[in-house]
Amino acid sequence: MQELVNRAKALLADGTVARVLGWKAGEFAYDPEPAFFETEEDLKDFVYDGFCGANLSKYMIEASKLEGKTLVFLKPCDSYSFNQLTKEHRVDREKAYIIGVGCKGKVDVKHIKEAGIKGIESIVGADYPNPAETLEIKTLYGDKTISYKDAMLERCHVCKGKDHVVFDEQIGESADTVDAERFAEVEKIEAMSPEEKFAFFRAELSKCIRCNACRNVCPACSCRKCVFDSTKFDSAQKANTTSFEEKMFHIIRAFHVAGRCTDCGECSRVCPQGIPLHLFNRKFIKDINTFYGDYQAGEDIEAQAPLTDFTFEDREPGQFAERG
Amino acid sequence: MSLNNEFKPKIVAFCCNWCSYAGADLAGSSRLAYPADVKIIRVPCSCRVNPMFILRAFEKGADGVIMCGCHPGDCHYSTGNYYARRRMTLLFSMLDYLGIERARTRVEWVSAAEGVKFSQTMNEFVEDIRKLGKNVRLEDLRCRN
Repeated sequence: MQELVNRAKALLADGTVARVLGWKAGEFAYDPEPAFFETEEDLKDFVYDGFCGANLSKYMIEASKLEGKTLVFLKPCDSYSFNQLTKEHRVDREKAYIIGVGCKGKVDVKHIKEAGIKGIESIVGADYPNPAETLEIKTLYGDKTISYKDAMLERCHVCKGKDHVVFDEQIGESADTVDAERFAEVEKIEAMSPEEKFAFFRAELSKCIRCNACRNVCPACSCRKCVFDSTKFDSAQKANTTSFEEKMFHIIRAFHVAGRCTDCGECSRVCPQGIPLHLFNRKFIKDINTFYGDYQAGEDIEAQAPLTDFTFEDREPGQFAERG
Repeated sequence: MSLNNEFKPKIVAFCCNWCSYAGADLAGSSRLAYPADVKIIRVPCSCRVNPMFILRAFEKGADGVIMCGCHPGDCHYSTGNYYARRRMTLLFSMLDYLGIERARTRVEWVSAAEGVKFSQTMNEFVEDIRKLGKNVRLEDLRCRN
């Protein structure tokens, strides 16, 4: 971590970049948040550890409008989002100085709490570059432990790879964290009967409180004006008008990012209600891969997106998808 | 079963202005019958059908939604229906994933000369929906008891 701070300081000092976009310590050890650092002095708050799951690509949209270059730290999966945003002309590659940071899997306090560990005071072992096998957690009710793997974000179990698709320089090593099949969950749902599927999604989506966190964090959801914004007020929120609104919100949101979603998993990470929102995006990715050939958004800046393309021999919508 | 209890499905058909709507017209002027349960909405091109239209139709209580357009290759705007085809393939697959049976959604290519095909398609589709019965509503659990 000190290596990152030193490099950031050097780049600030020689005037290559005007500011640094990274993570700063939050109120607790497990909630670092994205932050801009303008001076070397500010960088004392900089952190990079196992809890820095936040994808900084989307913040580069605003940073691209500022004077001078911005130093941004991107993990391998974040670099896909950055590439996708470059492709859509939402970020300016010239305004970014990208340091590709290594990643050994990111943990999330949500999974620790789900494991029944409450009253957390401190967590030891989520350091980078040498995370511990087991996290040691001090709680109000005594010391607890959880394995690093169990606390890891869902997206790390199906990691896209250790390579950055875009960077100016790379610092740090990455680890292979894959231990699950990417589409296993989707396939499980596909195999259910219509009644079971319906019950599953109705229960999950009924938890939605329409806080819009998934939309606001999503690097693909970067429209200046969203279809779900109120047309009458200058507010990001729109009260649901019918009991159908939340369902539609999630289906349409997934559809709008279909073919552009890099599967970064931020939607599921930030959802305060724990809705597995990545299941929607991943279903579209799976369908696109099956119907129109493998496509990974953000991998290649020149590639034609599947929904802005067609072939004469495309399958008919009535053809049933092969199961499994 | 009395006539009043018979299930009357609500079917929404999106028809493109240049082929399918004219096809429906031809079906009418040729005096070919198709069920009155089908409500046609005319769109400039099948590509105009926003996925939100389909969801809105289901929200408002539709039991089935069918989209008709020009045959691939015959689009008035050259390529509109090719894009629509990809979009609807993905959307219908998603609806199936959410528990809305695949048979409730359909895409059919009907040209302006195919009045017979139009009426046959609609008869078939309505029959399919009748068999499936009333649609599930993608509603919020919290609003129900």
